[in-house]
This record gives sequence, C-alpha cells and structure tokens, in this order.
Amino acid sequence: MHMADALISPAAAGTMYACSGLAAAYSIKKIRLETDPKKIPVMGVMGAFVFAAQMINFTIPGTGSSGHLCGGMLLTALLGPYASFLTMIGVLLIQCLLFADGGLLALGANIWNMAFYGCFLGYFLVWRPIMQQKTSRNRIICASILGSMITLQLGAFSVTLETLVSGIADLPFAIFAGTMQPIHLAIGFVEGLITAAVLVFIYESRPELMMDVTAKERSGRFTYKKTLIFLCISSLLIGGGLSLAASSHPDGLEWSIERITGSAELDSNESVPHETAGILQETSSLLPDYAFKESDSPAGTSFSGIIGSLAVLGVCIGACYVFKFFKHPKQKEVK
Amino acid sequence: MSKVDHALYEIHHMDTLADRDQWLNHIHPLVKLIITVSYISVTVSFQKYDFTRLLRMGIYPIALFILGDISFPNALKRLRLVLPLVCFVGLFNPLFDRRPAVELGTVVITAGMISMITLMLKGIYSILAAYLLIASTSIEKICSAMRMLHIPAILVTQVLLTYRYIFVLLEEARRITDAYSLRAPRQKGIHFKVWGSLAGQLLLRSMDRADHVYESMTLRGYRGEFYYGSRTALRAKDSIYLVIWITLFILLKII
Repeated sequence: MHMADALISPAAAGTMYACSGLAAAYSIKKIRLETDPKKIPVMGVMGAFVFAAQMINFTIPGTGSSGHLCGGMLLTALLGPYASFLTMIGVLLIQCLLFADGGLLALGANIWNMAFYGCFLGYFLVWRPIMQQKTSRNRIICASILGSMITLQLGAFSVTLETLVSGIADLPFAIFAGTMQPIHLAIGFVEGLITAAVLVFIYESRPELMMDVTAKERSGRFTYKKTLIFLCISSLLIGGGLSLAASSHPDGLEWSIERITGSAELDSNESVPHETAGILQETSSLLPDYAFKESDSPAGTSFSGIIGSLAVLGVCIGACYVFKFFKHPKQKEVK
Repeated sequence: MSKVDHALYEIHHMDTLADRDQWLNHIHPLVKLIITVSYISVTVSFQKYDFTRLLRMGIYPIALFILGDISFPNALKRLRLVLPLVCFVGLFNPLFDRRPAVELGTVVITAGMISMITLMLKGIYSILAAYLLIASTSIEKICSAMRMLHIPAILVTQVLLTYRYIFVLLEEARRITDAYSLRAPRQKGIHFKVWGSLAGQLLLRSMDRADHVYESMTLRGYRGEFYYGSRTALRAKDSIYLVIWITLFILLKII
C-alpha cells in the first residue's frame, strides 16, 4: 500500500506532510510528558522488530500464498498510540530510503495512510474500547482482526483519494476504489490474523507488555476465591452425581487378591489388635461402604461422595495453611 | 536467497556504497537531502502530458550515476517494489483517454499513452533520486541533516536506533526462520499454527533486548538525549553544488 512519488502531486504531498507532521508533533509532546527515558530505546528496537517480522512469510492456509505483518495495530497494542506512531514513522522512512518502498515526497501520505490509521484509530476506536471492560483471548483476536481490517480499508481509501486529488491518473475513482478496497480487505484480514496470533501469544506469556491489559487483570482470572468456588462445585458434581455411576466391580488391588485367594477380601486375622481396630472402625465410620448405615439408598452414595470430597478439600487447604504457617517465619528471616 | 538474507544484503550493500571515498559522498548531507527533495518535487510537478520536458529531468540521475560511480543495474532492481502500483494506475490512462495526440505515419499515439509513459517516468526518476541519496549518504548522516532541519531529537534518535537494530533483529529472524525451515522441509512460509509463537518469540527477545540496550545506553551516559557527534559546517563547494542543481531544476521547469 506504499504510495509512490509519481502518484502524488506536490500540493497533495505537502498537505499530507502537514497532517502527519501535526500528528507527530502531538505524539512527541505526549511522549515527552511521559518522561520515560526507556521509551526511546524500546521504540527503536520495536521498530527494528516490525522490520524483521515483515521479512517472515506466514503461510495462509488453503491458498498456497503467504502474507506478512504490517505492524501498526501490533505496535499500538504494545506501545500505545503515540509511541507506536513515531516508531512507524521511523520504519516507513527506513523502508523508503533503503528499499525504495514508498517515496520521499509521498512519505507524509504513507505515514498518514499506514501509521496514523493503524496507531491512532486502531487504538482509540478499536483496541481500547474492546479491552477497556475485560481482556480475553477472544477479545484480542476480535480487536486485532477488526482493527487491521478497518485501518487498512481507511489507508487504501486514502491512497485512492490522494491519487484522485493529485489529478495524476485518468483511472476513475470508483474503479480504483473498487479494486483497492476488496484487495485490502483480504490483506487486512490476514494481517489481523497474524497480529492476533502474536498478541495472544504475548497475552498468554507476558501480558504486562500489552496496553490496557494489566497483570492484575490477568491474575484475576484465577483468584483464590474463584478457584475455591470452582473446586467446591466440582466436588459437589463429581462426588454427588458421578459417584452414582461408580463401577461396582472390584478395584485393581481387590481384583488381584481375588485372582490369588478366590475372594475379594482377606479373612480377618483373629488377633486382639485386629479385632480392636475392626470394632473401632465400625463404630467411628459414619458412612460404611460409601452408604448410610443399614440402608441401600443411592442418596447415601451421593452424600458420601460429597462429604468425602469436601473433607479431602478441607484437609488439603488446612495442610496448606499449616505449611504456610511454618514457612512464613523462615521467609522473614531470609528478608 | 531468502527475504531476510536479501534484506541484510541490501542494507550491507547500501552501507558499503555510502562509506566509499567518492567525491559525491563528501558533499554535505543536508545539501544532498535538499537537492533530492527539490528534484522529486519538480519532477512530479510536470503536467501529465509533458513527456518531452520531463525527459530532460533525466540529466540529474545520469550525472550522479557517473559522478558517484554508482551501478545503474542495482538501482533498477529497486523499481520492482513501487513500479507495479504506478503501472497499475498508469495502464488505465490509454483506455480512458483516447484522444489522438501524435501521429507517426499510420501509428496514432493517444494522450492516454503519453500520460501513462509520463507517469512511469516520474516514478522511475523519483526512485532513482532517492536511491542516489542513500547510495552516497549514510543513515547517520541523513539523521544528522534532519536534526539540522530541527526535526525533533526523539524522532531522529528513534530512526537511528531502529536502523542500528535492524541488523541484529534481522539476524535473529534469520536464525528463527532457518531453524523452522530445517524442521519443516518443503514448506513455504510459516505454518499458521505457529504464527503466534514464532513471531511472538522474536518479539519477546526484542523486548528483552530493548531492556539491555537501555541499560547499556544508560551506563554510557544516555540521559534521554542522543549525541550525534560534531556537526560539519557547509563548505563553499557544498553551497556551489546546491546552487547549481537548484538553478538547473528551476530552468528545466520553466523553459
């Protein structure tokens, strides 16, 4: 979508330089206000990353062709609108000088078409509104695809308008726009998919690097309270419901004993300690054989499942607290 | 040659050209930048049927290719990126503008054909002018000229840093793609299942590298302002060079 010098008149180029210059001046002011000296090196390296990532061909499934990353939407999600806009200016200037991708005179127009829409509109109209309330994998995918498609459509439309205003070509506006828009719709979709894939990877591994996605939000997905509720509900469902479907066949150990001795249970040893332990177990067990005492009701099995699960959960949590209690003083000493 | 290898080769090639001890390379970068922008502005300002007058503008690239001893075939290779869009737009001119303009015997050349050739010529000239600038001036010198034009330091530093780290990250990208292609033979491009992890790994490494860059810059005295070294003043020969070309462009435009 890089605009060539030949397609733009000096007047149109000057206007686009002025528009991009204003956006750049505002971004510089904003970056200066941030007073973060680390921002400049990060922007430089991220510019180089976009450049390097553009050299990687991503296979588009089912087409046999490949697409590449443009970077505007990706940068705005990682650096914010102002820093990403300035980064994209650097990338476009280097592309123009080193690879003749776009012209020096058309640089203002290219900055507007590819950096302004991607970084400013992509952030303020798409990324931030979608991410403001909640962050999730699906929202990132949605924002990336939507943002890339919208901003590329706007960029392609601007190329058409700038060519029309320059009065360079006889190609009617409708035909030019009719050719540019559908092509860039497909390009925008592929760009969106690649951006989404990268951002989802970053979200899964280092969410703190993303704009409007805080580490708190990320950790909030697995809070202690939520985990406890989830475990309790699972215990009720599995212990109370699935326990009814438990197999009545002997388990592995019982099966092995049955094969050797011909009976699933061994005859009890008639020694005093064994007898005492047996009596104690019979009197203390509330739910012998996972059922109510002297009852064959299936409710007994469910009740046993629930009580058993909750008891195990309680023991585990209790053990954790005990472990934490003994570990805590040691940590303090280390500090 | 892969895309990454080609990009690395191009950057090294341009750096080598810009570092040569040639007369053209010693001209002040600000002068060369002003001349290049002026040349492109004058070139694209010609009317769309003004083919014969536009043809004369070729004097600038021809003179510089000879003066700077720069290879013309290498420059032509750079046309492949921008020229398709120019050609696409220009190819419709003969279809929509069929007014006869010139008759050469029985052959009628339409106004649309002339405007198409003019458009393509403008595209070629402007790309060659930008190539001649970068082939005789390093990015560092262009950045220094940009600072002289009072372009904010943040922007110029950012351009310079991006350029410096392009080499490093292109090498990184090459290592990653080479490792991938060795594990996925006969596969064109990167499979969609690993789009995120492959480019994401490169991004995470870049972010970590940015931290290291910042730490090392801070250790070397970076406090938010980049030092470009001593600025070279304009010499008499630079001024003469500037005046000659600007006068010639004005003459070619008005005569």
